[in-house]
Amino acid sequence: MESYVLELLEKGKRIDGRKFDEFREIRIEENVVQKAEGSASVWLGETHVIAGVKLELGTPYADSPDQGVLIVNAEFTPLASPDFEPGPPGEDAIELARVVDRGIRESECIELEKLCITPGEKVWCIFVDISILNHQGNLLDASALASLVALRNTRIPKLEEDKIIRGEYEGKLPVRYKPINITVAKIGNALLIDPSFEEEKVVESKVSVGVRDDDKICAIQKQGSKEISFEEIDKILDLALEKSKEIRKLVK
Amino acid sequence: MKKSEEKLIVKGKRVDGRLPEELRNIEIKVDVISRADGSAEVAFGNTRVIASVYGPRALYPKHLQEYESSILRCRYSMAPFSVDERKSPVPDRRSIELSKVIRLALEPAIFLEDFPKTAIDVFLEVVQADGSTRVTGINAASLALALAGIPMRDLVCACSVGKVDGTLVVDLNGKEDNFGEADVAFALMPSKNKITLLQMDGLLSKEELKKLIGMAKEACKKIYELQKKALREKYKVRE
Repeated sequence: MESYVLELLEKGKRIDGRKFDEFREIRIEENVVQKAEGSASVWLGETHVIAGVKLELGTPYADSPDQGVLIVNAEFTPLASPDFEPGPPGEDAIELARVVDRGIRESECIELEKLCITPGEKVWCIFVDISILNHQGNLLDASALASLVALRNTRIPKLEEDKIIRGEYEGKLPVRYKPINITVAKIGNALLIDPSFEEEKVVESKVSVGVRDDDKICAIQKQGSKEISFEEIDKILDLALEKSKEIRKLVK
Repeated sequence: MKKSEEKLIVKGKRVDGRLPEELRNIEIKVDVISRADGSAEVAFGNTRVIASVYGPRALYPKHLQEYESSILRCRYSMAPFSVDERKSPVPDRRSIELSKVIRLALEPAIFLEDFPKTAIDVFLEVVQADGSTRVTGINAASLALALAGIPMRDLVCACSVGKVDGTLVVDLNGKEDNFGEADVAFALMPSKNKITLLQMDGLLSKEELKKLIGMAKEACKKIYELQKKALREKYKVRE
């Protein structure tokens, strides 16, 4: 299979017939979990991830006493792939969660300063939990998209004397931007958008770029075990900037 | 974003008196651990990291072995006393991610295919942290690999760049890392002119990012010269 992917790429073709800069079919379903304060299911082709947002009360970080707290976690559930095993998150799951976290945090898309209840004492903690349900490649873009959509439909629970009343809400989580993560895979001379599982097996390098609405870049992570050239980085940034606009249109 | 109480750039100078494109004082020591196959200690200002390499050595349990190449394993760890608030010695999520990106930054330079069924272990210990620990660690690790006699395509040189108070700067210290607007970790194979590490967080336009990558490349070339000097010094024929 791997050599077939490479053979086709040399002829300018992808194994599933897509153009090099074409995403698989993207499907987004909102509010898929009623128990969560916000949630979304995202499919990139057959890749399926679900992101849920829960809000809890907690103490702020010492260096930002008047801001809410954001925590992103990802679970590569063993039902999603024969390669995933039960147990605590491995380095790939941790890396994915941290890159998604950076895209959300550094884009400043959540107005964390509006989530303070008592400065230095009590703030809202936003837990974004990502569950991978089917691994057919490009988990990062799917997870970032699901997290963003989930955050944008998150409602803030009602508080009565500093106690959370579950199931009742007062207002929405303030999310002002739509940062989009675009992963570009390099295989030989080809730069591919939205690599599938088969393509990821022969990927030399992958670069994930987080782009905010104003074309500011908010996160980058190079992955893969091969080096990459300056020209390729340049092309990847251009591709990511262009593609992010297309994906952002899908987000309400 | 966290805001700093003080200005990080005053009259064109940084909190530690450097110019924007100036590296901190770099100190390199080789063979600092006699039991290791190769080792090096690199300091960028107050940031100090020790790297040691063991291997290629037999890898057990057997199912971990690769039949056509060696496997590279990296462990980045921060000493509990290396930071202001004591850090628990248990690997946290940050250390696990950094161990992975450091491994991937070094891997392209090593002829892993020459040593099937073995492992090459790289251990990094941050003794003191004042920003840019991962790139300091990569510089030390690349030297330690060379000193262990492991065949390499190139050395790997790394540095951080970023945006602080609106100014693009090289080699971020702890304060700049914490309170700056953006930081980029970058590693280069200088002879091959290829990038092996690129991470960014913060907010940058594409133009700023491209300029920073250019600045990082120049800084890495300076570090490359220092690395080569340290290696030559060791293998110098003495009268």
